Amino acid sequence: MHIMEGYLDPIWCVVWFAVMIPFFIVGVIKLRAIMREHPEQKMIVALAGAFIFLISSLKLPSVTGSSAHPTGTGIAVVFYGVGVCSVLATIVLLFQALLLAHGGFTTLGANCVSMGIIGPFFGLVLWKIARKAGANVFISMFIAAAIADLMTYVVTALQMTLNVVTSTGGDFISSFVDFMSVYAVTQIPLAIIEGIVLAMFAQYLSTARPDVFEIADKNSINCFNKSDMNAEA
Amino acid sequence: MELSKNAKIYIVGFAIIAVMVVGTLMFVPGEFGGSDDSGGETAEEEGYTPWTDNWLANLGFELPGETESMLFAVQAAIGAIIIGYFIGVNSARKKADAPSAIEE
Repeated sequence: MHIMEGYLDPIWCVVWFAVMIPFFIVGVIKLRAIMREHPEQKMIVALAGAFIFLISSLKLPSVTGSSAHPTGTGIAVVFYGVGVCSVLATIVLLFQALLLAHGGFTTLGANCVSMGIIGPFFGLVLWKIARKAGANVFISMFIAAAIADLMTYVVTALQMTLNVVTSTGGDFISSFVDFMSVYAVTQIPLAIIEGIVLAMFAQYLSTARPDVFEIADKNSINCFNKSDMNAEA
Repeated sequence: MELSKNAKIYIVGFAIIAVMVVGTLMFVPGEFGGSDDSGGETAEEEGYTPWTDNWLANLGFELPGETESMLFAVQAAIGAIIIGYFIGVNSARKKADAPSAIEE
């Protein structure tokens, strides 16, 4: 889902940074609150970041004949919400932009919005719905992780379409279909794989550390919620 | 020996992943290039011209494929070490708790 350096007009780079920054700020505030008020959760925060590091480095083959990588944001967003997820995703995106020249600095805002904010937001909503419907941890995490992954690529397709259409004056629908076939269709089997991996780990956590799901169940969908920012979860 | 519920879930989960990945490599024709690159190519096909390149290319340097693979492996290793540490700590805690539980 990485939009490469130079593939977004400067105006779109600014727009996506403007969208990203409020989420990033509340994420930093919440992370600081967690470190200060709940130091026992440091390891879970590290774990959430570790999954993004590990899973987003795996380029997997897909049924379209191309390869893509999952995002690994399911654990982070389910436990700590969209704000913290955006911070952890940004760390990984910066690592890749700096060391691998993969993605980019000008496109960091757009990549963070897709991978760290909007995609995971859908995953978190689905997690809440699944839990309220009485689904177990395995099923809930499978749905949350797979949808977070898939929606990340849908957002990337939308970002690329908006950029190309406003730059070249092309047709929105045909352009969106093209980008969706490159990004989102490729991602469907990989989203399923990511869902299975994170669901298996959630299953492990449900027996090894069942207490961590109290954090997840108290976590708010609205990361701008004041009590959520104060790490009351 | 009877397998635990979690062990059965892990076996089935990894088996499904293996079938999906191996099946794709065996039966799907294609070069399996990156979708990130394909996205850029699609943008160019639609008439978009990128206005800059990545910072390494701007310095006239291209990361060798082997080095890129190594750096992706480093990224994966960072994640795997933390996850492994977490599992190890939990396992050690469980073992440390076990004798006291028996004594009680």
